[in-house]
Parts: sequence; structure tokens; C-alpha cells
Amino acid sequence: MTAFGKLIRTTAFRLTLVYLFLFALFAASLLGYFAWNTRRMITEQIATTVSAETGELSDIFTRRGLHGLVFNIENRALRPGANLYLVTTPTGQAIAGNVGSLAPGVMATTGWSETAYRRLDEQDSADHRALVHVSELGGGFRLLIGRDLEERRRLFGIVAKAAQWSVLIVVVLGLGGGIFVARRVLRRIDAMTGTTRRIMAGDLSGRLPVGRSGDELDRLAENLNAMLERIEALMMGLKEVSDNIAHDLKTPLTRLRNRAEEALAKSASEAEYRTALERTIEESDGLIRTFNALLMIARAESGQARGNMDDFDAAEVANGIHELYEPLAEDDGMTLRVKTASTPIHGNRELISQALANLVENAIKYGKPNPVVQPLNAAADAREILIEARREGDAVLLSVTDHGPGIPEADRKHAVERFVRLEASRTQPGSGLGLSLASAVATLHGGELRLADAHPGLTATLAIPAAAGVSDRLAAQTPDVPQKVA
Amino acid sequence: MRLLIIEDDRESADYLAKAFREVGYVADLAGDGEEGLSLAETGDYDVLVVDRMLPKRDGLSLIGSLRDKGNRTPVLILSALGQVDDRIKGLRAGGDDYLPKPYAFAELLARVEVLSRRHGGPAEETTYRVGDLELDRLSHRVARGKDELTLQPREFRLLEYLMKHAGQVVTRTMLLENVWDYHFDPQTNVIDVHISRLRSKIDKGFERPLLHTIRGAGYMIRDGIR
Repeated sequence: MTAFGKLIRTTAFRLTLVYLFLFALFAASLLGYFAWNTRRMITEQIATTVSAETGELSDIFTRRGLHGLVFNIENRALRPGANLYLVTTPTGQAIAGNVGSLAPGVMATTGWSETAYRRLDEQDSADHRALVHVSELGGGFRLLIGRDLEERRRLFGIVAKAAQWSVLIVVVLGLGGGIFVARRVLRRIDAMTGTTRRIMAGDLSGRLPVGRSGDELDRLAENLNAMLERIEALMMGLKEVSDNIAHDLKTPLTRLRNRAEEALAKSASEAEYRTALERTIEESDGLIRTFNALLMIARAESGQARGNMDDFDAAEVANGIHELYEPLAEDDGMTLRVKTASTPIHGNRELISQALANLVENAIKYGKPNPVVQPLNAAADAREILIEARREGDAVLLSVTDHGPGIPEADRKHAVERFVRLEASRTQPGSGLGLSLASAVATLHGGELRLADAHPGLTATLAIPAAAGVSDRLAAQTPDVPQKVA
Repeated sequence: MRLLIIEDDRESADYLAKAFREVGYVADLAGDGEEGLSLAETGDYDVLVVDRMLPKRDGLSLIGSLRDKGNRTPVLILSALGQVDDRIKGLRAGGDDYLPKPYAFAELLARVEVLSRRHGGPAEETTYRVGDLELDRLSHRVARGKDELTLQPREFRLLEYLMKHAGQVVTRTMLLENVWDYHFDPQTNVIDVHISRLRSKIDKGFERPLLHTIRGAGYMIRDGIR
């Protein structure tokens, strides 16, 4: 498409054309009305003057006879800018006046008419037009009085010219303005299009230019930029995930493959094959678990699990998880305690349970006190893990506190990311997705996962906003439940 | 025991059929939803194993159509969609159990056995007996021989579930789902710890162990060696 073609296809330009047409129409009708009215007024004025003079001259004829009339007319005809006068005999012969020639038949009919004429003193010039009134005097004499219409014609000409010019100016200014506006808009749109093309080509960091005027295009650009911001964040997240998946799933897959290969090449006995196969299955189960965790996180993050929410007591979840993990903690030499107050919450019970379970599993795995820093005799308290459910302000807090080495403040934000396994935990089994899932679940519920220092140790807290209406409803069902400490 | 496997992936279907035949089942195969529905309606099956995504007619609509016609054959849904809400959708459509892919055959087998027993089995009893172990579901009393055993409420429910399915393999996931009502996959061996506690209460000091670990599958409570 040519540049001009593009220009005339713009909405701004088309709107300009419509306005142009409307304005031209308006100007033309205004001037037309003006011209028509002026013409009518001039005609009326001429008619009045002519009628008055006709009356005067008829009067003179009546009182002083033909002679007096002729004398009077000759006098009047000599004045500058005089009207037209003609007196004819009953045979049609001119006896007085300043009219040289008339269109034929004008004198034959009485009353008003428009006619071409020529004055006596201007033989060569072209015909003029005049509005004339012919009246019957006594004795077959006729009197014509008229007024040149040149004035009217000139005035009409001026108006017509004004109309031409004004329409021309409207068109020129309109077109110019239209092109100016259209080009301005087009330039901005072109800039936007260019940016979107770049973005489509894969450069997600591009942003639409935003002007300072704050007009509708700027607002649109701002909104689109905000949208791009979000898309970029999502894409970055996605890219990170796929990179991590590639890395963290490829490693166990490679291990799996190596084992199978080794077994194939070296195993001599059935027992050896069996061992290799069992380890293969174990490894694939680990992979499946990782996949499931990833899917779960993706779903929690995309908000798909929102449909499955109901009202329940966070204390039940805490007690349930305590009950499930208590023996495991004890086997591991830890004490798992729970402290709950009835805390109504609205959410996905399954996901919140799983998030809390992940936090507890982490505490059991990584929350063992460091024997170097803490003497073993202080171990009773140090080996305790506390699950808490309580309400603080508008938030429901589900927290797990251990007294292990904790996570250094600098690492805390990092720890929540997918597949991140802090140096200290590299030797422990796990997918590195526990905290990410907990965080994704908290985000899904409009809350967050907080990691804090427990002096020593780590407090991981799922802080989820309590929906006011819901909590009141539930609180009414369970009045004044005393705090219980298990 | 007759089984109908409705699964469009030929290789998985053949593998399942072969595996089920090896443990003594009669297994028929259907490759799409329409064929599956007509076979399920005409054949007398004990359990249907239905893939959720099938050509011609999807698994859920197949189950819905069967249930509408009054066919109450237990259905186990296999699906690559393993999330909680997919599960709920599957069970609402009339499925009796839901197993996300990929799964271990042992898990599938254990669930199919439980389903087939549920279908044809006797009415719920109030007392379960395995060997000299006795569990009274109404009074919540558990005794082995002459000894009264004291169990925690959760241990009681764990034992109750195991004894209800005495002689059948019960997997860890099944226990987590049915005893604790959690549908997620713990990264640690929580269930094993609960089992070992229960075992120390019901088997410790007795000559014949009743609670057995089935390697690579799960647990089973039974009297002596089958």
C-alpha cells in the first residue's frame, strides 16, 4: 500500500472528509440563504421606490398635465444615478425619459416586469437589466419607471464569489487539517505497529511509545504496555520452567538410561537384572512425582484450581497434617507439635493441605539442629517442629517452625523458585518443588508464602487472606473454641 | 473374573490385558468409546477399566450412558489428567475410582480387585475377622486372641480399611486416599511409618504376623500364607 493510500484509508482522514462535506454544505446553505434574502430585500426596496415615484409622477400628470410631467421627468433623468423613465404616447412613441431601447412588448402590459434595456446616453454598451413598472396615465399615455438591477447582480456576484472562496478555504483547510491529523495518528499507529511487529517477532521487551498528552491513544498504549508487562513476566516464568524442566528432568532421565544400558551390558545374573529394573522403576516414580508437582504448580499458578474452593477450618488442616506426619517425625528423632485456634478459611482444602504437608516435610528433612552450633543437651527443644494455625488481622496464618539451620535471608526469595535446592540441601532427596508449590498455592488464594528467621531455624508461613463473609459464617458455627495444644 | 479394558492406545491395552490375564482375569479389549459401550452393555463384566480420553465417545460420557441405563458395573477411570478437580469430575460422572497415568500395574490391580469385591461382595459387616484378630466397627474394639488392643482413632481406621480388604493388596495411595482423604503424593514414606506403628501394635509378640508388606505394591492383611 502506498503512503498516500494508507493516509486516505485512515479513520481520521475519513472522518475529516465527512466533516468537510458537512461544513461545506453548511457554508453553502448559509451563504445561499443570505444571498436569497438580500436579493429579495433589494427587489422589495426597488419596488417601493418605483411605486412611490409612480405615484408622485401620476399625481404631477393629473395636476399639471403632460407638459408638466415631461418637464419633471427630464429633470429627474438628469440627476446622477437616476432611475429609468419613459413616457409613451398612445401610439407607443417615446416623448420623454432616459431609456434608449427596451425589450419589445414591455410597454404593452402594465405592472411589474424585468427587462433588458439601454439608456439613451450609452449607445455602445451592452444591455442592462432593470425592474420596471408600467402604468397607464390618462389619454392612452403610458409611464414606465424602473431601476437598474446591476446593484442586485453585483451583490449577488459578491456573495457567489464569497461562497466559492469560503468553500474553497473550507476544503483546503479541511483537507490540510485532515491530512495533518491523519498523518499524526498514522505516525503514532505506525510506531505502535512497528513495536507490535518486533514483539511478535519475539522481542518481548519492546514497549509501545506513550506520548505526554494522555489522550485516548496514550491510554491505549499504556494499557497495552501493562498487558505486555504481564505477558513478558509469564513468558519469562514459562521459559524458566522449561529450562529447569529440561535440566532437572534430563538429569534423572540420563541416569535412568545409563542404568538400563549398564544393566544390559554388564548384568550376568537374573538378580542383577532385577535390581537394575527395580532401581529403574524407582527412578521413574521419582520423575512422575516431579512431573505431578510441576503440573500442580502450573495449575495453581494459572488459577485453574479456583473452581474447587469451599469453607473449612484451617485448624482441621493443621491437625490433619500433624496427625499424618507425627509418626514420621518421631521416627526421624523430631517432635512434631501442633497449636491451633479455630480459623475459618475459604479455599482449596486439598491444595492447602498439600502446601502445609510440603512445609512439614521440609522441616523434617532440613530442620534438624546443627550439632556443632547447638549442644546436644539442648536438643529437646531444638528438635521440635511446630505447626500453627491462627488468625492475624485479616490473614489466616498456617506456619511451620523448625529450629534447624534456617535459610539465610539472602537466599529466602531464591528458595521459593522452582527446582532450587539450596547448597545445604543438595545431599537430601527431593524434587526442589516443595516451597514453589506452597508459594503457588498461597498465591492462588491471594496470599503469600513467608519465610522468616526462627532464631534459630526457619518459620515458613502460608498467609492467606480470610474472606470476611465466609469467616463470619464459619465462626458463628464454632463459637469460642478454646486453643488446644497437642 | 471378567474385565473390560477400554483404551485406545493399542500397546497399553495389550500390556494391560496380558498383565491381567497373567493374574487370572479374563480381559476383553475395546479400542474406542462406541465399541466399549456396546461391549459393556452386552457383556457381563465385573469391572470396567476406562480411559478417559477415547475416540468416538469419551470415557465420561460412556460411563454416564451406562449409568443412565441402570448398569452399575464398577468403573475405574484411567486418565492422564490427574488433578483433584479432574478426579472429582470423573467420580461425579459415575466412576468408582480414578487412577491418574502413569500408574504402576500393582496399583491398578489392587484397585480393580477392591472394586470387583465391592461389587459382588457381601453386605458391610459390623465385625471384621482375620485369623485371631477381631475388629468391631460399632464399639471400636480391637482384640487379638484374648488381648485387647488400644489403637489411636487413625490407626483404627487404617486397620479397618485393611481388614475390610483382607486378602487384597492395598497400596499406599489407596490408604492415603481412603483413610486420610488426601489425594496428593507425599514425597516421603509417611504411610510406611503409620503401618509400622500399627504393625507393632497388632503383630508384635505374636507368632504369626498378619500385616504383610507386598513388595513393590503395598500392604495386605491376611491370615498365614495364601
